[in-house]
Amino acid sequence: MSSTSKRVLLIEDEPNIIEAISFILSREGLAVETHSDGATANDKLRQALPDLLILDVMLPGKSGYDILRELREDPATATLPVLMLTARGQTRDREMAERAGVSAFMRKPFSNAEMLEQVRALMAGAA
Amino acid sequence: MARDTLTGTRIRERRVILGLKQAELARRAEISASYLNLIEHNRRRIGGKLLLDLAEILGVEPSSLTEGAEAALIAGLREAALTAPASGAEIDRLDEFAGRFPGWARLLADSRSRIETLERSVEALTDRLAHDPQLADALHEMLSTVTAIRSAASILAEPGDIDPEWQRRFHRNIYEDSARLAESSRSLASYLEAEGEAAAKSGTPQEEVEALLEAADYHIAALDEGRAPEEAAEELGTAMSPTARALLRRAFQRYAADAAAMPLGPVMEAVKTTGTDPLALAERFGTDPARAMRRLASLPSGAACGPVGLAICDASGVFTYRRPLPDFPIPRFGADCPLWPLFAALSRPMSVLSRGLHAAGRQSGAVDAIAFAQPSGPPQINREPVFEAHMLIFPTRAGGEGAEEVGITCRICPRSNCPARREPSLLGDAGEQGF
Repeated sequence: MSSTSKRVLLIEDEPNIIEAISFILSREGLAVETHSDGATANDKLRQALPDLLILDVMLPGKSGYDILRELREDPATATLPVLMLTARGQTRDREMAERAGVSAFMRKPFSNAEMLEQVRALMAGAA
Repeated sequence: MARDTLTGTRIRERRVILGLKQAELARRAEISASYLNLIEHNRRRIGGKLLLDLAEILGVEPSSLTEGAEAALIAGLREAALTAPASGAEIDRLDEFAGRFPGWARLLADSRSRIETLERSVEALTDRLAHDPQLADALHEMLSTVTAIRSAASILAEPGDIDPEWQRRFHRNIYEDSARLAESSRSLASYLEAEGEAAAKSGTPQEEVEALLEAADYHIAALDEGRAPEEAAEELGTAMSPTARALLRRAFQRYAADAAAMPLGPVMEAVKTTGTDPLALAERFGTDPARAMRRLASLPSGAACGPVGLAICDASGVFTYRRPLPDFPIPRFGADCPLWPLFAALSRPMSVLSRGLHAAGRQSGAVDAIAFAQPSGPPQINREPVFEAHMLIFPTRAGGEGAEEVGITCRICPRSNCPARREPSLLGDAGEQGF
């Protein structure tokens, strides 16, 4: 990977989802880092400082909503584009994510094409 | 209970509906007002010409006065009519309807209460995902697995070369995930199936137990003959859901303990003297008033004390046992009248409260209620006791003077100026009720 490629941090606890998403994003020319533990997610984020964060809602240790709220309070990550993944698509969940400051929201199971589209849109917006 | 004991009640009910003064009706029937008063309080039996005259003045069939439907039925019909006001049901002719078509009336009232039960089940089921963590977990697990499979499969399906090493990995992932999906979908299906079976039965487990007790007229002869409660519950509850059977077992264990402390023969003999007085009965058997109340409510029909009703609630006010009287229904769900002495007893544990009660807006006879709250189990060191309240009800002998007007539930209670009103009544003016 060249040093100029955009970097994505994927926080997700399902190994096979990690593998598939990493694969398609790498093929897109992005540098992908992964992390699986909710409790240490924000430490990992501060250290990695990616251009985009993909965050699962249901994580061991800490929920995606809490991680999102905390990172929004930190000036270093306050404007970071965040794409949230959830298995629940109820309006209430969407609202909760929006209140916590999400940039985009995707419901599982999503297609690879949808994922790529969202990631491209968010990257373009951040650039 | 003889059917014609409520003739007076029905005459009064009909008279009030017509807005007729007692004196006026008495004058037109050519009897004295005080005699009519006795009739209306079911203290004088009437028949023959006087009955025919009264029926004519009141504009009803004589038979609807002597065979009028029970109070509970009227209440059920009234609630059905009020929840669907657009139907234009003739509430002022409710009595007539119930009297002339008792079978249809019962069908209507039963359907209404069945609808209410189902509506509550639907409410509970609607927000299933929010309230059932097991279901939410199972679905989350399935969706995660499906996501992984879908992602990996579409990588493999897309045109273009994929490194053989990656190809092997994604194939293996799909294989593993599909096995996981098979397992989780199977367990989800069996979870939902087991639930469907239980729900196919009539309503909640509490209702199943109630239905059984009601069908047995609240007297379980096998237990009085000394059968082990576990055995009896197993045998009588074969068709029940497991939860209902567990509740039945507990109810039977308590019944058996009561029966052992107060054997049927001696109790049947004692109530000839003590009647419906649970304190006198408790004293004779050296036991507590709550047990005496339960025993009174479990005697076979024909016991000398006459029919009694009993309600038991836990410290949160939820009914755990209900045996209604024909004239004094006890609601099924936790939307009861806070004025019932049963609830007052919870705030004055170990004091026996006695009250005359009169069902608001209803002309049926008053009842006497005796309520008592005591700890539901033996004392434990450094633990607050958990209280349980019992309330025994029986037709009043005092004539119902000074009886407190209580409701079944606020929604259908017409009492105005009620200190305990929780929501406006469907009957009458909301402003007058303090809303």
